Amino acid sequence: MTAAAVEMKGYSVRFGDFRALQEVNLTVPQGAFVAIVGPNGAGKSTLLKALLGLERGSLRDGPTQVSGTVRVMGLPPRQVPPGWVGYVPQVKGFDRSFPALALEVVVSGLRRRWPFLITAPERKKAEEMLDRVGALALANRRLGRLSGGELQRVYLARSLIREPRLLLLDEPATGVDVVGEADLYRHLEAYQAERGATILMITHDWEAAQHHASAVLVLNRRVVGYGPPERVLCHECLSQAFGHVGHEHGLVLKGD
Amino acid sequence: MLEALQLPFMQRALLAGLLVGGLASYLGVMVVQRRLSFLGDGLAHAAFAGVALGLLLHQEPLWVAIPFAVGVSLAITWVRERSSLSDDTAIGIFFAMSAALGVLFMSLRQGFAPDAVAYLFGSILTVTPTDLWVMGLVALGVAALLPLWPDWAYATFDRELALADRRPVLLHDYLLAALIALVVVVSVKVVGIVLMAAFIVIPAAIARLLSQTFAAMTLGAVGIGAFSVLPGLAAAYLFDIPAGSAIVLTQALFFLLALGLRRF
Repeated sequence: MTAAAVEMKGYSVRFGDFRALQEVNLTVPQGAFVAIVGPNGAGKSTLLKALLGLERGSLRDGPTQVSGTVRVMGLPPRQVPPGWVGYVPQVKGFDRSFPALALEVVVSGLRRRWPFLITAPERKKAEEMLDRVGALALANRRLGRLSGGELQRVYLARSLIREPRLLLLDEPATGVDVVGEADLYRHLEAYQAERGATILMITHDWEAAQHHASAVLVLNRRVVGYGPPERVLCHECLSQAFGHVGHEHGLVLKGD
Repeated sequence: MLEALQLPFMQRALLAGLLVGGLASYLGVMVVQRRLSFLGDGLAHAAFAGVALGLLLHQEPLWVAIPFAVGVSLAITWVRERSSLSDDTAIGIFFAMSAALGVLFMSLRQGFAPDAVAYLFGSILTVTPTDLWVMGLVALGVAALLPLWPDWAYATFDRELALADRRPVLLHDYLLAALIALVVVVSVKVVGIVLMAAFIVIPAAIARLLSQTFAAMTLGAVGIGAFSVLPGLAAAYLFDIPAGSAIVLTQALFFLLALGLRRF
């Protein structure tokens, strides 16, 4: 039997007095496209980090208490070969003063170290990946010169170059315009169709979640709802997570 | 000028300057890009406290300063990793504590301490063959760890990505901290405690202004750090001015030139 891409059982994380995640039970089958939605501070990023084996976060957050189990492809996260998982972090946390070319960022995804020199095969592969996400023209562009949307494409190429089985994206559409966002979903869906990869993506865009995801996880430290978008993205579920929701929040539910 | 290079003390000064300039700049790129520029000052003062303790205990200052500064550097790293204090606050606390200890140790020692003055302002022309050997050993150590550059650069670029890729980021943080402290201690006699931070920060900052990649920044910083010693020493010899000051002013001049040349 194929192991689930992600399996969490009674999983809780506490940073000092702060309960980031409580008793999360979640099974994501391989090949699913899960959109994770929830208010700020709902533990969405903590959940992705748990899948990367980084649940302890920074020691600056105080002592971290973790209970329950997490399995990624049937393995504890820190035993999963790093090449199996692609991670696209939030662009807003990125230090743009670091001197680097877009191509180097993509190659770093392949090497898992920073390249001093890039070999011809690495360059070719990195250019292929940039081309795939429509960013070949950015290959020799300095990072400080990239817009939010361009940087997002470079990071996506960086995560795809290792041909991951599991792709984790933390708010990839933040700072990206409408066309860029549509492109992002097109690239993700194309990769998923080609490789059968599993995608977990944090988003604040419920409409996109409704259209592109095979399942939606509504999180507010606990699992508020998990299932097909048409079932989970309902007023009751979202009200429970966010408080009041309505049309002014951009959510037009099917049947409204 | 060329006849001056016939003099053994000038040869030692030149070699020491090249070694210190190259080593401090190599580690300086990590320090600057990780926004820890204040670390050079903090560790130079830890070296001062170590030297003062060595003089108080009638020991060779270097052998006391090395473990003292390495200890302080590891402690700074520990506080940075563990507490919610910002990096500059963590460094500032140890900076002040080290300076206070240095002054205390000096006051406990009877009589005038010419050695301590040499460490405060640097005296590249009094570098001994033993100093050179120690610098050479540290340089060999840094050279042996060159294969770790890709890991250090990766964690400097994005610590979280490096951790997600299972790089030993924490271990490397401590290793880098110890190495920076070692380089600072062997450099302070040449450069002086007061000017040490310049050797770490200015060549890396110049290289940052002129580089598009981190590899180019690293090579550029090492080149600038070592090269700036030549005109600096020449100026010190020709105009009879303190060598450390002349080298740092040369670096500052290069920085202003780079600022004019930079193409953002």
